[in-house]
Amino acid sequence: MSIAEKFVSMEYGPAPEDPKEAGAWLERHGRRFGLFIDGAWQAPAAGEYFETLDPSSGDKLASVAQGGVPDIDAAVRAARAACPKWRALTPHARARYLYALARLVQKHSRLLAVLETMDNGKPIRESRDIDIPLVARHFYYHAGWAQLLDQEFPEHEACGVVGQIIPWNFPLLMLAWKIAPALATGNTVVLKPAEFTPLTALAFAELCQEAGLPAGVVNIVTGDGTTGEALVKHPGVDKIAFTGSTEVGRAIRGATAASHKRLSLELGGKSPFIIFDDADLDSAVEGLVDGIWFNQGQVCCAGSRLLMQESIAEKLTSKIRDRMSSLRLGPPLDKAIDIGAIVARVQLDRIQRMVEQGVAEGATCWQPQVALPSRGFYYPPTLLSNVHPTSIVAQQEIFGPVLAAMTFRTPKEAVELANNTVYGLASCVWSENINVALHVAAQIKAGVVWVNCTNLFDAACGFGGYRESGYGREGGKEGLLEYMEPKWFKHAPKLPATTAVVSAQVVESPEAGTPAIDRTVKLYIGGKQARPDSGYSMEVRAQDGRLLGEAPLGNRKDIRNAVEAARKAEGWAKATAHNRAQVLYYCAENLGLRRDEIIRRLAAVVGEKQAAAEVDLGIARIFSYAAWADKFDGAVHNPPFRNIAIAMNEPIGTVGVICPSDAPLLGFLSLVMPLLAVGNTVIAVPSEKYPLIAGDLYQLFDTSDLPGGAVNIVTGYVSQLLKTLAEHDDIDAIWCYGDEATVASAKAMSTGNLKQVWTNEGRTIDWFNPQLAEGRWFLEHATQVKNIWVPYGE
Amino acid sequence: MAAVSTGFPAGLSPLEERVAEIRRSVEAGAHEIDVVITRAHVFAAHWQALYDEIAAFKQACGAAHMKVILGTGDLLTLRNVARASFVAMMAGADFIKTSTGKEPTNATLPVSLVMVRAIREYAQQTGMAVGFKPAGGIRTAKQSLDWLALMKEELGPSWLRAEMFRFGASGLLGDIERQLDHYATGRYSAEYRHPIA
Repeated sequence: MSIAEKFVSMEYGPAPEDPKEAGAWLERHGRRFGLFIDGAWQAPAAGEYFETLDPSSGDKLASVAQGGVPDIDAAVRAARAACPKWRALTPHARARYLYALARLVQKHSRLLAVLETMDNGKPIRESRDIDIPLVARHFYYHAGWAQLLDQEFPEHEACGVVGQIIPWNFPLLMLAWKIAPALATGNTVVLKPAEFTPLTALAFAELCQEAGLPAGVVNIVTGDGTTGEALVKHPGVDKIAFTGSTEVGRAIRGATAASHKRLSLELGGKSPFIIFDDADLDSAVEGLVDGIWFNQGQVCCAGSRLLMQESIAEKLTSKIRDRMSSLRLGPPLDKAIDIGAIVARVQLDRIQRMVEQGVAEGATCWQPQVALPSRGFYYPPTLLSNVHPTSIVAQQEIFGPVLAAMTFRTPKEAVELANNTVYGLASCVWSENINVALHVAAQIKAGVVWVNCTNLFDAACGFGGYRESGYGREGGKEGLLEYMEPKWFKHAPKLPATTAVVSAQVVESPEAGTPAIDRTVKLYIGGKQARPDSGYSMEVRAQDGRLLGEAPLGNRKDIRNAVEAARKAEGWAKATAHNRAQVLYYCAENLGLRRDEIIRRLAAVVGEKQAAAEVDLGIARIFSYAAWADKFDGAVHNPPFRNIAIAMNEPIGTVGVICPSDAPLLGFLSLVMPLLAVGNTVIAVPSEKYPLIAGDLYQLFDTSDLPGGAVNIVTGYVSQLLKTLAEHDDIDAIWCYGDEATVASAKAMSTGNLKQVWTNEGRTIDWFNPQLAEGRWFLEHATQVKNIWVPYGE
Repeated sequence: MAAVSTGFPAGLSPLEERVAEIRRSVEAGAHEIDVVITRAHVFAAHWQALYDEIAAFKQACGAAHMKVILGTGDLLTLRNVARASFVAMMAGADFIKTSTGKEPTNATLPVSLVMVRAIREYAQQTGMAVGFKPAGGIRTAKQSLDWLALMKEELGPSWLRAEMFRFGASGLLGDIERQLDHYATGRYSAEYRHPIA
């Protein structure tokens, strides 16, 4: 075509990025890669390799080592050996390494971008302009944290050896999200890249060598799911950080339950994309393009559920179709391509299957006329309308360029639909009215709300989900804390294993004179005293074996009732922080009034001295959390956009608490009060040793203006109640303080809805030391961060 | 022949004067008239006054092609630009144009995007196709591609023709010639080797 003809047709020509350098890099390695362990390349012990393909053609790119159990073991050992020296470096020295990695990523940015596109199939425009710059940004940001670590976190230390498993959708970016915070805080790493996309991680290993990173600090072990499983199960690993499917996340939770491995999970999503009638529709449509057609929709936080206000649905749908028609699909190395290839055949099949099922369930499928390349794995941009909320395409993650559209009439309905999901990773709200947008943003259960923008990420802003989208955050201060623990905690002694409750040995002799009035302690559910469903009681005995009384024996139905009451009391979260503080102070005031009588009763179980300390420190502890209630603020981040991100500390929701038995009053208050202070509602199982404390506690709450249902108390045997609590799908988190076996079972049984689990890891906590037993550490676990991004400019 | 009328660039002379200017230009044989709007009407949200002013210009233009210069560098906000674009089109603009070249800011991509989307919306609602002219600051062939892509993506290929899209950029042609020279020879050319257009 002549230039003159081109000026007439005005079609886009091909604009291919040259893959020559990336090809040369592959050739230099003989298109065959070993494992990067202890600073050197090693062949896999079993000598097995697998192929990684270019999804845009199906051609083989390279052979990559299949890491096995012995390879994982070698990598973990190398990481363990490197740990003490790495941790002993000054923060400044670690900052220099991270800074060097950031610089090296920039210096080799095009090679990394091209490799990423070849291995993953994403458009070069994205790998070059989004993924790789964000990778560098993460290393710079965390170089900064490394520098400031001792000043900002003097009481924390690294977890140790961290096993990291990353997905194939943003291979190098996810590597950066994992490795940068781990190294900054003094951990060493064994990372397993995704089977489909190992190449950039291997290129990164070379950058580690170039940066002179000490051997063993970063180890890269490629392989499939079995390699990941070996890493998860390796006893030498202190923490697992995983990004991937909810299904695998659940398996990891189960597999690590009996260990002390810390866990952060970044899982799936079905994120709502809400467009109100007063939105700038053209901008919203562009947002949608970035929401669901970015990276072929293979994005955990993809805006895959479109919720349109009914009055604009028709107009908006027409705009969306017009825009879809101009999306360019084709070879991802072309610089003017919007939609590249799907990562693998298996994923393409899955997308096709789900769309077919969605259509079978009544959805209308619309796709623009677009020619798919004859080779490679491609799927056209797809709009499913008339989607019913019960449809598979409204409920399950498709992980492809498929948008499921629904309508709503009112903001209330929009929120209801938005939250009608087991996930809670991200969301978008489009409205030119900031009041509406923020009103809705506050109600959405998701870790990120993008107002009038989409899929923005920054190292300074924590990213992570609510509900089954996982727990923990990546990025920001909260992301950093996932890789550290309070120094004292790891070294706290183990609690002795709980023994079965002793049966009656000493029969109490009746005292002379008028008998005491019988005291009946009950359960406390929804602000009312309730008899146990079972109709049974449990004996409560003094230190000397004397029968002190009987506590109600709670069962699963009592837990069920308590959870329902706690859900109904969610207004507590909406009460002002000042109001929550006032209620807590009032609790302290009333505990003060009852000081002597409670000490007298408690003394029979824990002795006079401890009883007095529990009450007096308990009053102070309540004061502490009353004080914190209006001070545990969020943050305002300044990401490098014309934008602010408001990080809000939100309550987790409804939390089940297994209280420690050794300090019946103080242990209860130490766990329940921080949860209440930030707006959670609680179902607490008090100390098995002295459940009668419930009677004192509910009298305290009843007289202190605490709304009914904010705290529910179910006494009984932990062995019986924990299961119902941990398995309950309407409980958002469980705090379990007990011996090792108890906390392990709490973790194992929490996999159903992937509720957050926080335990003492079977260790002793000195509840009588306010330095350890109260403060930010507890509040951080009582909250989850929601980032609300709000752009500005006119 | 094209002419700029209506108290260019400020648009502050009395309306009768400006209308008379247009008439004189048309009588003198101008087929295209660039008019500038009274920015104060936009700031005060006097949309009717703005409409009446542009409609009076249009009447004076008669058969001549009218390009309405919004002076986007003065209007400052994208909202103002969008509203002024719609009023100009409703009052009969054949083209809407960003700037006179004398405002503190010339054509920018965000402003152009807003104007182009207004054109699209207006076409969808009325069936009337209005042209677009970004003016000022576009000096290189590379920059001009941004605007070409903008027109193609937002309005479609029919808006890439000269009847619907013009650059107001006196320095652009020379650079396009340099790029064509490079295409033809493989060597980068120099500005002085091309005659001033």
